Amino acid sequence: MEKKLYTVTVYSENQVGLLNQVTIVFTRRQVNIESLTVSRSAIPGVHKFTITAETDEDTISKIVRQIERRIDILKAFYYTDDEIIFQEVALYKVSTETLLDNNEVEKMVRKYNARILEVTRDYSVIEQSGHTEEIEALYEELKPSGILQFVRSGRVAITKSIEEKVSAFLEEVEARRCGSEEML
Amino acid sequence: MISGAEALMRCFKEEKVDTIFGYPGGFIIPAFDALYSYQDVFKFILTRHEQGAIHAAQGYARVSGKPGLVMVTSGPAATNIVTGAADAMMDSTPLVIITGQSTVAQLGTDSFQETDVIGITQPVTKWSYQVRRAEDLPWAVARAFYIAREGRPGPVVLDISKDAQVQMLDFHYEPCRFIRSYQPYPQPDTSAMREAAALINAAERPLAVVGQGVQLGHAIQELYAFLEKADIPAASTLMGLSIMDENYPLNMGMVGMHGNVAPNRQTNACDVLIAIGMRFSDRVTGNIQSYAPQAKIIHLDIDPSEINKNVKVDVAIVADVKTSLPALTALVNKAKHQDWIASFAPYRQQEYDEVISKDLHPQHTALSMAEVLKCLSDTSGEKATLVADVGQNQMISARYFSASPQRQFIASGGLGTMGFGFPAAIGAALGNPEAETYAVCGDGGIQMTIQELGTILQYQMPVKLIILNNSYLGMVRQWQELFWQERYSSTPMVNPDFVKIAQAYGIAAASVEKRENLQAAIQEMVAHQGPYLLEVKVEQHGLVYPMIPAGSPISHIILGKDKA
Ligand SMILES: Cc1ncc(C[n+]2csc(CCOP(=O)(O)OP(=O)(O)O)c2C)c(N)n1
Ligand SMILES: [Mg+2]
Repeated sequence: MEKKLYTVTVYSENQVGLLNQVTIVFTRRQVNIESLTVSRSAIPGVHKFTITAETDEDTISKIVRQIERRIDILKAFYYTDDEIIFQEVALYKVSTETLLDNNEVEKMVRKYNARILEVTRDYSVIEQSGHTEEIEALYEELKPSGILQFVRSGRVAITKSIEEKVSAFLEEVEARRCGSEEML
Repeated sequence: MISGAEALMRCFKEEKVDTIFGYPGGFIIPAFDALYSYQDVFKFILTRHEQGAIHAAQGYARVSGKPGLVMVTSGPAATNIVTGAADAMMDSTPLVIITGQSTVAQLGTDSFQETDVIGITQPVTKWSYQVRRAEDLPWAVARAFYIAREGRPGPVVLDISKDAQVQMLDFHYEPCRFIRSYQPYPQPDTSAMREAAALINAAERPLAVVGQGVQLGHAIQELYAFLEKADIPAASTLMGLSIMDENYPLNMGMVGMHGNVAPNRQTNACDVLIAIGMRFSDRVTGNIQSYAPQAKIIHLDIDPSEINKNVKVDVAIVADVKTSLPALTALVNKAKHQDWIASFAPYRQQEYDEVISKDLHPQHTALSMAEVLKCLSDTSGEKATLVADVGQNQMISARYFSASPQRQFIASGGLGTMGFGFPAAIGAALGNPEAETYAVCGDGGIQMTIQELGTILQYQMPVKLIILNNSYLGMVRQWQELFWQERYSSTPMVNPDFVKIAQAYGIAAASVEKRENLQAAIQEMVAHQGPYLLEVKVEQHGLVYPMIPAGSPISHIILGKDKA
C-alpha cells in the first residue's frame, strides 16, 4: 500500500496519562510519529491531539480505531493533506551581524512571509509559519548565512468541516446519556 | 465521615462483590484493615503469590460472568499481577485489580515499593487509573466496575495511594451507568444487517465460526436459533468451545492450529463465512492471505477495532451479539444445507482414522494424554469445569474433553500463559461451586504456580488437579521434533515427586502410569470429597495432531509423522 503523510486528530477527555495511551498504539504498529501537538479544542473540557505520521491507509485506519478503543478517548480521525488546513511554526536564530551586513536575509524574510521577532546586539530571531516544505526551503536558504539555533513545531490542523468534527458525536452521546438516565 | 479504606469496602458491597482474591502488604494495609470488619460480607482468598490471585480471579470471572476482584499491595505485588492482566486483556475477562501505592508525596521518587503501575499496566488493561484522594474513590471504583464489565469485558487497574486509603470522606455511592467517551454497546447498522442477510440467503455453503463473544454476550440460545433457522454448520474457536455441545448436530468442531480437520478444511471451501464474537487470531487463521480467500466474510463483533484488523471482511455488524444475532435471524430465510453439512463427514472420519483412534488406542504401552482426557471426560459429572494449562495438555484437553454450557472448558487462549490453569481452577471452583472443578496441567506449567496447593489446603477447596507428566516441556519439544531437527534444547524436565508434594500439603494424591489402572484412578479422584492431586505419567514423546504449522495456510494440515 502507498505510504503518505497522514494527520490524525484525537479528541479526548482531560485525563492524565492519555498521551502515553495514544503514542503506544503507534509504537506497537511500528509507525514513527513525525510530529505531535496537544491543545484544547473549541469544546470546553475536550483536548485535541494532532499527530502526523507517514504510513499507508490500512495501517492508519487501524491505528485510529485502536486509539478510539481507549476508554477516555472520545473520537479519532485521520486525514490526508487535501482534507485539512494546516500550519507549522519555525523559529530561526541568526547572528544580528549577518542580518545587518547582508540584505539577503531580509529578502528571504519578505519572500517567505516570515517576520523578525527580536533583535539584540548578538542575535536575531526570525519566525515563520507555513507548510513543512516552506520551512525547509527557508532553512536551506538561510543555512549559508549561518543558523545558530532552529526549531520547528508540530503540525496544527483544522478540518474543512465547519465545527469540530467531534461535535456530532458528542450530541449523539448526550442523547445516549439521557437514555441511560431514563432507565434508572 | 469514613476512611477511604472503609469506603472501598462499601463500594465493593454496592457492586455486590462476594469474593476477593489477593495478598496484603505495606501500602494496602489500610484496605486490608477495613476488610477485617467485612469478613462476613466477602470471602477473601489469600493465595500464595499475586499471580495466583489474579489467575484465580480470572477463573472466577470466566465461570460466573462477574468481574473478578483482586487486591494486592504496591511494587512487586503490582508487577506480579501484570501477566494476569495481560492474559485477561487478551481473553476479554472482566477484572477489577486494586493495587496499593505509596503516598502521593513519595510518587516519582523511587521510594520503597513504588513502581509506575499506571505506566506498566496501561498497555495491558482496558483502563488503568491512579486514585490519589479519598474523595475520588467511589467515582473511580464505580467506573472501574462499569468498564471491566460492560461492552467487551477486560481488566481494569485502580492504583490507590496510601493517602486515599487513610483520608476521610463523605461517602456517597453512585453506580456508573454512562461514560461519555465509551460506547460499550454500539447499535448495529441496519443496512449492514440487510447486506449480511442477503449474503446468507444466497449462500450455498455457509459456515459460522463462533468465539467467546457469544458466551460473554449470553447469546447461546440466540446463536442456536440463528444456526437452526438457516441450517448453518458451525465451528468454534478454542475460546468458544463451551458454547455448543459436542453432539449438537450443527457443531462441526474446533478450528485452529490443533483444531479439527473438517472445519479447518471447510473454511477454505465455504462461500460465506460468518464470524460471530471471534477475532481472527493467527492461531485460527494461519497464513492470512490463504484464509478463506474464496468466501464472503461477515463479522459480528462488539469491538469496532476488531473489524478488518486481521482479516478484511465484506460486511461488519458492530454490536453485542445478543442484539445483532436475533435481528439477523429475523432477516434470514429458512434454509437447508444438507449436502454441504454432509460434506464435513468424510473429513471427520479421516481425522478419526488417522489421529483420534491412534490417540485413544496407542500401540505402545505408555499412556497417551488423549486416553486420560477421554476417561476424565467420560467419568466427570454433568456439571463440570475443566481448566487447562498451556501446552500439549491444553490442546489435548480442548480436543478430548467434551465441553458444553454445563461443562465449561477454560484456558488461557490469547496469551498462552503457563501457570494459569491451577490457580484459575481455584477461582472457577469458587465462581461455580455447583460444578466439579478439574485443573489439567503439564509437569512444566504446574510448577509455575504449584505454590497454590497452599491455597486449596487453607480453604479446603474441592479442586482436582491432574498433572499430565511427560517429563518434557512437551509442546516446545513437539516443535523441536517437527521443525528444529530434534534438537531438544532445554525441554527435558527433571521433576519432583508430585505425590509427596501433595502429601506435604495434606492433600490426597495418587500417581498412575499403567493403562489398566487409569480408569480406577480417575474414578477415585472424581469421587473424592475435597482437593486431590492425580499425577498421570504419560508417554514422553507424544505429539498433538492435527497440526497446522504456525504461519502456514490452514489447508496445510499435518495428521501425523510422514503424512505431511
Ligand atoms: C509463562 C510461559 N512461559 C513459556 C511458555 C512457552 N511454552 C508453551 S508450551 C510450553 C511447554 C509446556 O510444558 P508442560 O507444562 O509440561 O506441558 P506439555 O506441553 O508437556 O503438556 C512452553 C514452555 C508459555 N506458554 N508460557
Ligand atoms: Mg510436560
